[in-house]
Formats: sequence, structure tokens, C-alpha cells
Amino acid sequence: MSLIEARDLRRTFTLRRKVGRFRRQRHEVVAVEDVSFAIEAGETVGYVGPNGAGKSTTIKMLTGILVPTGGFVRVCGLEPAARRRELAGRIGVVFGQRSQLWWDLPLLESFDLLRDIFRVPRAAHADRLDECVELLEMGPFLHTPVRQLSLGQRMRGEVTAALLHGPRLLVLDEPTIGLDLESKVRLRRFLARLNAERGTTLLLTTHDLDDIETLCRRLVVIDHGRVLADGPLAGLRAEVARERTLVVDLERPVPPLELPGARVAHVENDGSRQHLVFDRERLTAAALITAVAERAPVHDVSVLEPEIADVIRRLYELRESRALPVVDR
Amino acid sequence: MASTVRAYRRVIGSRLRAQATYRLSFTVELCAQVIAGGLELVTILAVFHNTTSLGGFGRNDVLLMYGLATFGFGLADLAVSQLNHLGELIRTGKFDVLLVRPLGTLGQVLTLDVQLRRLGRAAIGFATLLFALSVADISWSMAKLALLVVAPLAGAVIFSSVWVAACSICFWLVDGREFANSVTYGSSMFNSYPINIFSAWLRRLMAFVVPGAFVAYYPALVLLERTDPLGLPGWLGWTSPLVAVAATAVAGGVWRFAVRHYRGTGS
Ligand SMILES: Nc1ncnc2c1ncn2[C@@H]1O[C@H](COP(=O)(O)OP(=O)(O)OP(=O)(O)O)[C@@H](O)[C@H]1O
Ligand SMILES: [Mg+2]
Repeated sequence: MSLIEARDLRRTFTLRRKVGRFRRQRHEVVAVEDVSFAIEAGETVGYVGPNGAGKSTTIKMLTGILVPTGGFVRVCGLEPAARRRELAGRIGVVFGQRSQLWWDLPLLESFDLLRDIFRVPRAAHADRLDECVELLEMGPFLHTPVRQLSLGQRMRGEVTAALLHGPRLLVLDEPTIGLDLESKVRLRRFLARLNAERGTTLLLTTHDLDDIETLCRRLVVIDHGRVLADGPLAGLRAEVARERTLVVDLERPVPPLELPGARVAHVENDGSRQHLVFDRERLTAAALITAVAERAPVHDVSVLEPEIADVIRRLYELRESRALPVVDR
Repeated sequence: MASTVRAYRRVIGSRLRAQATYRLSFTVELCAQVIAGGLELVTILAVFHNTTSLGGFGRNDVLLMYGLATFGFGLADLAVSQLNHLGELIRTGKFDVLLVRPLGTLGQVLTLDVQLRRLGRAAIGFATLLFALSVADISWSMAKLALLVVAPLAGAVIFSSVWVAACSICFWLVDGREFANSVTYGSSMFNSYPINIFSAWLRRLMAFVVPGAFVAYYPALVLLERTDPLGLPGWLGWTSPLVAVAATAVAGGVWRFAVRHYRGTGS
């Protein structure tokens, strides 16, 4: 049995809009239109899509926060909204934008309270807590009230809070939002290890492609409440987003560079900064830099990875042309 | 079950400890509550300065009703005042967090904080009740003593239920709190007086739809051995625990229905 199973999942919101002075008109927003997927134990799945795609709404239906308008959903074999309390004991949930901790309690006391709320045996709680404290380096601020923690520190606390009852599934909605690079890296490393050693299933939404790249073996892409693509990350990336952009800063302005295997996408400062798009399967960044240097002295370079939005846009185009096997039951 | 009780005990304990740091404001607010309650009492006394009877009831009778209602309301206020924050929890989407914990949502909302300063209102009610009992003309029996103990508790449960049911509107309306407050505080005010002084439709609404008359009016009639000027049977005063049970069931149903309509926020 799949750990998560969603079939034709749907959620609409009815809004009342003012028209004229007294009249109000109802209109319906379809947040999740028709989403189907299944996730097996041990998988790491990135759930991505542009703003307003319906990611958070799906997550809320999976965790029992929202009642679906239609369709079928089971998580750990339970119907989430109907068996909410039972489900809460089996899954962990992290919201990047909301705190589950008590702002006026020291972090450690928040954890203690959660032990009582989730009815975790003392020994199991202590073991899990010790492990998290060590791996997430929380020792220095365990006794600090939550309201005084930095965002990075608090997020480590949030993730720990979601894991203390030993869930098999961890659902994270934008866990790295607002974190600096170091904090992101630390969190990713921790989650990867959790999956590798404990077999904890991960389902996360994010706008950071690096989160996906380092953590997820599988990607589910949604837009306008529908699944656009669903498959192994390696395949999707290679298929869809092979292009990279090399940004070169030159010592002096030159006309747009014409180089084999690369095209100029954008020119700034009269030509002293140029954006060169290349296919990384055909050409390496190093080779391209060498080619540029032969034309003009290079001051600085950087390589831009495709934005998640670009990947999604490409997916869209490919779907229109039916070049991609799209999961859209 | 035992573990649920333990969880709530720990949550409440932690709230009390967090509050201990604000001792000064606690004292100030407690005083404010006592003064506000005292003023209401003075109002009643002022009314009886000009008249000897309200709807056929004398000053001491009215004080008894006021004491019963205010004590019950004070206890309810202590228990469910956190519902004042429900609208904000819903608007900001913080209610999400309560839904991913293995506890009931209502219990979690009620224990978000414990405001001991709210004891002020209950204390005023209790003091008034004691005073009213000392001056009232009551021939005591065991049954009446039992009613005296049960009535404020049943009253607290009835008020709490009204509060929960009324606040459930926050799941649909952004400023549902205004509505809820007018029902709860309105019903408290209503129940502090003999209900026959109010107009018939208001009486029916407040006495039976919102079962407030069972908090003070009918139990007081039993204690005083008075017949209802409105002609309803005397045994109604004994039914307040049953009404409390029914009110709890209705409020629980309304709450569960409302939570299923929780929409969260779009961001
Ligand atoms: N409570 C609500 N009331 C009204 N509309 C809502 C509500 N929640 C979500 N929506 C709408 O549903 C759509 C999907 O929202 P959702 O929050 O699921 O998007 P998302 O993919 O998580 O976006 P983001 O990346 O910005 O977090 C949006 O159009 C949003 O405005
Ligand atoms: Mg979102």
C-alpha cells in the first residue's frame, strides 16, 4: 500500500466579492483541480510549481487541515480530515511560514510539551532529541526562549519538533524559505540523512531548485491545480532543462559574442556583460569561458542554473507539443 | 484518556509559568475586573434605591439571580475566554498548527493561555452570591443545597457552550467576534435579572434558544420557592444540569461542523 495516495483530489474556495454598493457576487477559486499521485515509503518527493499553483492546498489536504471538495486521499492508510488526530501521531509537518513552537517557552520546554502532547515514551523522546540536537547543532540555544531565536535556529527547532514522535512521513511546506545558504545546506544534509538512515519519507514544497537537487529523487510539478509532470528528477532535468546561462563580465564592451554552441540571450552595459545560453550536454562551462577569453579579456564569470520557473515553463511547452510523457490522469 | 488529561495539564502548567513573569500586570488587571464587576453591582443597588421591585422580585431576590449568573459566567469566562483569539487564529492561519497535533482543536484553543486575572469576575459573582444567600429568605433543605452547588457549575457549562457555539461563526465571518460577544455578554446581562422584565421575543430567544434562563432565573425560583410569573412549572429549576449536558452536545456539534469548514489562508 502506498504511504500517500491521492486520486482526482480537488479543492475549491468560494469567495464573495463586492459588486456595487450592497450586492455581493460569489465566485469560485479552484486551488487544486484534479491531482493524482502515489508516494511509496522511503521516497523523497519534491512538490513544485509557481506561486498559487496549489501546493500548500494539497499539503493541507494530505495533513487533515483542509477537507477536500472532491476526490480520494489516504495517508498512512487513513482519510486525513476524518482521522486527523490519529494521523497527526504518525506524520510530521513543518511549515516554513508558521511556527509550531511556543514563543514564550525555551526551546527545550517546547520539546517537552510536545512529548506529552504526542505521548512519546520518555526514552524514545530523549534518544531522538539527542540525535537532533547533535546533528542540527542546537546545543547553544536549547534554553533560549523561542521568540529570541534567529530564523535559522528556529527552523532547526521546528524540524526537530516535527520528528520527536518518530513519524514515517515528514511533510515540509517551504522549509528553507528565508534561510541563508549555510542554514539551507545544514538542513538539507540533515533531511537527506534522515531519509537514508531512518527511511523517513520526505514530501516537500520549495521554490529553491537546490533543495530539490540535493534532496529529491522524484519531482511532481503542478500548475493551476493540475499535475504537469511526475517522474524521477534526473530524467526530468536532463530532458527539460539542459540549458545553463553563463554570465560574463568583460574588461571592455564588445559586440554580442558569436560562439559555437552558445547564443547570446541578454546584453548589459553596452556589451561588457553578456548572458550566454548553452546546452551543458554539448558544451562545458570551462570550454565556453575559454572561448570567450579568446575574444575579450574576462573580468568575472558566473553560471546560472535554470530557475524552477524555467523548468516548469519548459515542461509546459513540451506538454503542448506532446514531447513529454505527462502524468495527467 | 489519562494521557490526554496529562497533556492538557502540562500545557496549562506551562501557560501559568509563563504568566508568572507578568505579576504586576496580573494584579492591575485583576483589580480592573473587580472594579468593573463592582460597578455592575452598584447599578443594581441604584435601581432598587428608586423602586422596591423588579418584575415582582425584591432587591435580595435580584441579587441572588445576579450572583448565580455572574458566578457562573465568571467561571465560564475563565474557561473559555481564549475563544476571543479564535478569529485571529483563523485569519492568520495559525489554526493550521493546532490541526496537526493529536489533540482536539477546541481544547487546544481554550488552553492557548490561561488568564488567572479572569478570576476577578468569578470572585465578584461568588461574593455577591454569598451576600445574597445571607440576606435572602430561604428555607434550606438538602436538595436545595445540592442545587446551590450544581447551579453555578451548570451555569458555567451553559455559558461556555453558548460561547463556543457563537464563536464558531468565526470560521465563516472575519469579524465573527463582534457577533459572538454580543451573544455571550448579552446573555450574561440578560440572565442577571428576572427574565420577566424583558419583552416576550427577547425572553424566548435568550431564555430557551440560548438556554440562559436555566443559569440563574429558574434555579433562583426554586431556591426562593417562588412561582414563575410567566407560568412555567417550578421543576424547571432542577433541570439546569440536563440543559447543561444538552448545551454541551449542541456546542460540540456546532464546533465540529465549523472546523470542517476551516479554509486556512492563501499564503
Ligand atoms: N483560504 C483561501 N481562501 C481563498 N483562496 C485560497 C485560500 N487558500 C488558497 N487559496 C487560493 O488557491 C490557490 C492555490 O494556493 P496555494 O496556497 O495552494 O498555492 P501554492 O502553490 O502553495 O503557492 P505559493 O508557492 O505561493 O505558496 C491560490 O490561487 C490561492 O489564492
Ligand atoms: Mg504555499
